[in-house]
Amino acid sequence: MPDGLRGRGASAAAAPPPPPSAEAIEAAVRAVLGSLEGDLTAKEAALLAELEALGRTVRRVKAEIAALGVEDITASHIPSATDELDAVVEHTAAATNEILDCCETLERLEPQLGGEGQAALRGAITRIYEACSFQDITGQRIAKVVAALKAIEARVAAVVGTVARVAPAADAGGAAASPAEAAAGARPPPTEGQALAQGPQLPGAGVSQDEIDRLLASFD
Amino acid sequence: MEGDAAGIMDKSINVLIVDDYRTMLRIIRNLLKQLEFENVEEATDGREALAKLRAGNFGLVISDWNMQPMTGLDLLKEVRADPRLKATPFIMVTAESKTENVIAAKQAGVSNYIVKPFNAETLREKIEKVLAHA
Repeated sequence: MPDGLRGRGASAAAAPPPPPSAEAIEAAVRAVLGSLEGDLTAKEAALLAELEALGRTVRRVKAEIAALGVEDITASHIPSATDELDAVVEHTAAATNEILDCCETLERLEPQLGGEGQAALRGAITRIYEACSFQDITGQRIAKVVAALKAIEARVAAVVGTVARVAPAADAGGAAASPAEAAAGARPPPTEGQALAQGPQLPGAGVSQDEIDRLLASFD
Repeated sequence: MEGDAAGIMDKSINVLIVDDYRTMLRIIRNLLKQLEFENVEEATDGREALAKLRAGNFGLVISDWNMQPMTGLDLLKEVRADPRLKATPFIMVTAESKTENVIAAKQAGVSNYIVKPFNAETLREKIEKVLAHA
């Protein structure tokens, strides 16, 4: 490898250059177009056509993004959706706790029944306890959806900031880090436990209790 | 034999249940009460659990995996690395049902692994099994 490239490579590894903003690209296109004067060769004419097309594309994309009103996604739609999901978790937790209150009351009454009635009531209460664990599973599934929505929100904000200049700060100094990138930079690396935590799997995607038992037995 | 295990199961031990969902803590506590385990304490993440384990004397840990800031797997590793706690039976009760999770838990020294949603019979069977080998 030539020394010059090696030197550039080392420099890039230390501090990767920020990606150019849409405005920087457009300015470069205009600068190149402005420098092309006089008779053009076929190659230069083709280049000119390409650059003009690129400039039109940049302007069209900016206009389309502005017309989409994407700022509503980060300002209203996603916060509203996550609030609704938080409310679902809150209300199902409240309802589940109410059910558990009732079960605990019934458990206290169990001894008064005695015999088969007591056993039947105990069995029914156990089944209710088992069923109430749905709240944990649905809560974890909803948390995964909220995390996905927040990731979409961060990416939309980054696109808006970079291309449509809706968030001018994103262009300061070439390319500021997105909120998600900034947050990721401040966090310590995940532990193995955090990296492997994926929450409940969809039916068929995870392993069953029987399969887990066989897997654990295979270590013995 | 499961019947033999049930016979020698010491129900007077202190049990620590760890889960960030208070509803789940309540469900497991009630199921343990049905199994006649009365000495049950709770923690809502691995860090709180570790502090309680180091301060107390527990004969069984039943822990969720997905908690912040310290996960159940990280708690398990801390327990197995602590000379005083390393022999404590540790059951993971979690919705994490990928093979890689089960293998990671086993390699970290988990005593048994229950996938959510679970039933009372599975809980009883796994507790009997780990206490029989404790």
